[in-house]
Amino acid sequence: MQEIPGDLKFLKSHEWARIEDDGTIRVGISDHAQSLLGDLVYVELPNVGDDVEAGKACAVVESVKAASDVYAPVSGVIVEVNADLADTPETINGDAYGDGWLFAIRPSASEEMDELLDPNDYAELVENDDH
Amino acid sequence: MTKTTPLNASHRALGARMVDFGGWDMPINYGSQIEEHHQVRRDAGMFDVSHMTVVDLHGERVREFLRRLVANSVDKVARRGKAFYTCMLNDQGGVIDDLIVYCMEETFFRLVVNAATRDKDLAWITKQAAAFDVEVTSREDLAIIAVQGPRARERMHPLLGTEDRARAAKLMRFSAMQADAGLFIARTGYTGEDGYEVVLPGAIAGEFWNGLREAGVMPAGLGARDTLRLEAGLNLYGQDMDETTTPLESGLAWTVAFDEGRDFIGRTALEAQLSVGVPRRLIGLVLEEKGILRHDQIVLTPAGEGRILSGSFSPTLGKSIALARVPGAASEGLRVDVRGRELPVRIVNPPFVREGKAQPGV
Repeated sequence: MQEIPGDLKFLKSHEWARIEDDGTIRVGISDHAQSLLGDLVYVELPNVGDDVEAGKACAVVESVKAASDVYAPVSGVIVEVNADLADTPETINGDAYGDGWLFAIRPSASEEMDELLDPNDYAELVENDDH
Repeated sequence: MTKTTPLNASHRALGARMVDFGGWDMPINYGSQIEEHHQVRRDAGMFDVSHMTVVDLHGERVREFLRRLVANSVDKVARRGKAFYTCMLNDQGGVIDDLIVYCMEETFFRLVVNAATRDKDLAWITKQAAAFDVEVTSREDLAIIAVQGPRARERMHPLLGTEDRARAAKLMRFSAMQADAGLFIARTGYTGEDGYEVVLPGAIAGEFWNGLREAGVMPAGLGARDTLRLEAGLNLYGQDMDETTTPLESGLAWTVAFDEGRDFIGRTALEAQLSVGVPRRLIGLVLEEKGILRHDQIVLTPAGEGRILSGSFSPTLGKSIALARVPGAASEGLRVDVRGRELPVRIVNPPFVREGKAQPGV
């Protein structure tokens, strides 16, 4: 299991969010989530310019085993998507917190980030999940 | 209480992701399901399928009993060592289970039935056997390892004694042999590749498994087993057929032998269905667009709605494939509702992949 970077925040539904230097929020799924899903084979991303709402589904990741919705951690506008994933969805399995990112949001209310879990709380959630 | 196979500790030592599979603690993968899938298509992989049930039938009238019990004809296996695939039906023609029948001796046949259906199968078989004085024994002491892939047989042969090795090398497809150390070796499988299914005493299963690993056979989990069998167009009981569907509606008409005068259970119901016309049929589907076909998605056809039975991503083809049950005879204009999008699909004749290669038209 990959170590959780300290600058991430999490949703209970296993998305991570990171505030970039330019104020946008980069989003992906956790290493725990990719390991539960198994080999990823298809990713459906939002379009740049789409409005997203915190807690609402805005992307889909599919593994051989199952399809899973990805929820927006904060509300705002999609400013960038990881188009490379169309050909290499397995990048998420290999590097969930890095090259396996899904999309970036320009938040309309960045204080929504404060409501997310910090890495320790998320690690605890995952540990309880396993039992 | 979760059941474990004699290889459970081996799976855990290899770092397998374990899941509950019909009450059994089984490996879904050992890291990457897709890598394990490719390994079987390209070289050799092995599966612990000890959760499946071996049922031995002994008695003077065992052949006569099997003529009644199963829909395929036991008289196709005239001699010892031959095997056949069949369905076991209820009186309505519904499938109680699918199984492989091996002729061990004229008074001894072996069945291998599914894990999830174990209890109802044993109850049904025992009930039907009473009239034929056939003794039914469930072999809890045995493990099963499936060794599959284009190089599976050559990789396994060095583990056998000289004499057994020579016999195994000559073994025909769908045939089996008894070997030293209580091994029963069948040239059968559930992947669309060549290989063996080895039934052996649970006590030596770990040793044999380790020997295979050293011979270059890579462990593969039930995840890869599922994508391999789907590519090979092989049905999964409980998903592609069950007690509410007949073999004729399940792409299994080829396994039903209407030989003259044989009164197998379910025959009357199947003949009645044939006389009015089989209402639904099982077809193969290929999705060219992005997305994955999954169990229970709705198939829209000009003749009405059908359902996806087994659907997944095909690692060999790099796109999604499925088995579906649909009404009527439509061959064009089919669409599947994939998470709210209606995507066009193409009908193909399973298998999708055989012996490592995409089949014509797929």
